[in-house]
Amino acid sequence: MPFLLKGVVVTIELTIMAAVLAFIMAFIAGFARLSKFAIVRGITQVYVEIFRGTSLLVQLFWVYFVLPFFGIELSAMMTGVLVLGLNYGAYASEVIRSSILAIPKGQTEAGIALNMSPSLIMKRIILPQALLIMLPPLGNYLIELIKSTALVLLITLHDLMFCGTMINNVTMRTTEIYSLVLIIYFLLAYPLTLAIRRLEKRLSAGRL
Amino acid sequence: MWDWEFTISILPLLLEGLKITLIATFLAFGFAVVIGFLLAIARRSSVKILSLPVKAFIEFVRSTPLLAQLFFIFYVFPKFGLVLTPLVAGVLGLGLHYSTYLSEVYRSGIDSIPRGQWEAAKALNFSKARTWISIIIPQAVPPIIPVMGNYLIGMFKDTPVLSAITLVELLQTAKIIGAQSFRYLEPITMVGVIFLILSYVSSLGVQWLELRLNQR
Repeated sequence: MPFLLKGVVVTIELTIMAAVLAFIMAFIAGFARLSKFAIVRGITQVYVEIFRGTSLLVQLFWVYFVLPFFGIELSAMMTGVLVLGLNYGAYASEVIRSSILAIPKGQTEAGIALNMSPSLIMKRIILPQALLIMLPPLGNYLIELIKSTALVLLITLHDLMFCGTMINNVTMRTTEIYSLVLIIYFLLAYPLTLAIRRLEKRLSAGRL
Repeated sequence: MWDWEFTISILPLLLEGLKITLIATFLAFGFAVVIGFLLAIARRSSVKILSLPVKAFIEFVRSTPLLAQLFFIFYVFPKFGLVLTPLVAGVLGLGLHYSTYLSEVYRSGIDSIPRGQWEAAKALNFSKARTWISIIIPQAVPPIIPVMGNYLIGMFKDTPVLSAITLVELLQTAKIIGAQSFRYLEPITMVGVIFLILSYVSSLGVQWLELRLNQR
């Protein structure tokens, strides 16, 4: 079991690092999609479509097996963080974009009327409102991300899933081990699900 | 770097793998559509012994990774005498995983039917079955078709996970080619391109469907 717990630690580390990267990418891409410049919008759209259109596992394999041909060799952990972060960043950028667009135009106009600069309008008026809208869907993506980390087993990263498989190969107690792995994942993800549901309820209670 | 001749020579093999991917996708989708509907109805049931376990099952499946579930089905079921081929295990795992998502979609569709429709059916002395078949389902299903389409695309993109339980689908085919020829660049890139084209085209299809349904 200690071996399995080591895997849990790797899974959690991977989730956190990938989530941070995804969050940053989502914000950059979400804002870039709203840019005045067509070229910035175009490049971002290509990024989003490529990462959303090809399968996550294919991307992991591509970075892990193909990039070394170009002289870029990444460790399994780096690959996992990079690909998961970029992939979920692409999905989440749509959330950021749509929640900023969901703020009524009148809010921006009111900001202009009050002689606020565009960045001040964004910071003081748009973002505080948009953040409330985007939190629940972003939370759901975080849960998806935790579940997706299981895939890094296939690029030989020693996460929970990998450790489970290793123990299985040695002990052959398949039933107990895979049941335990399922339960651990459930314990990791389910509290988050509950937390997000509560958050959603509280946010929708008074404010909107 | 990039060898076009090699790319063309492996294309037939990849298309063979794509066939398996598509078969697995559609079988699993059909399975998920049926099971998802049953789960949705069972969860609405007023019989607590039925609705609570179903709810727990849905929550559990949604909170655990598809890969872990596939391993469970493929490696643990045989211990109880149920040996499945990779394709059957894959279809079962993928279908079951997405059936829990689809059950939520159904539920939102059913919940969006106004109460008055149920009451009207009751006033007309319709049986339960007739209420479902001629009143509820015809109204609940069309709005959720685009959402189901998106889940179909999601399933398509999740099929590479089935390579982990030794199903030789598109990605596994590419890996085998890579292992034999020591060239990973072309096969894996081509797999990405194939996925991109198919899922992009089908997402355009879903958008079109959504527009058409909204017009009505």
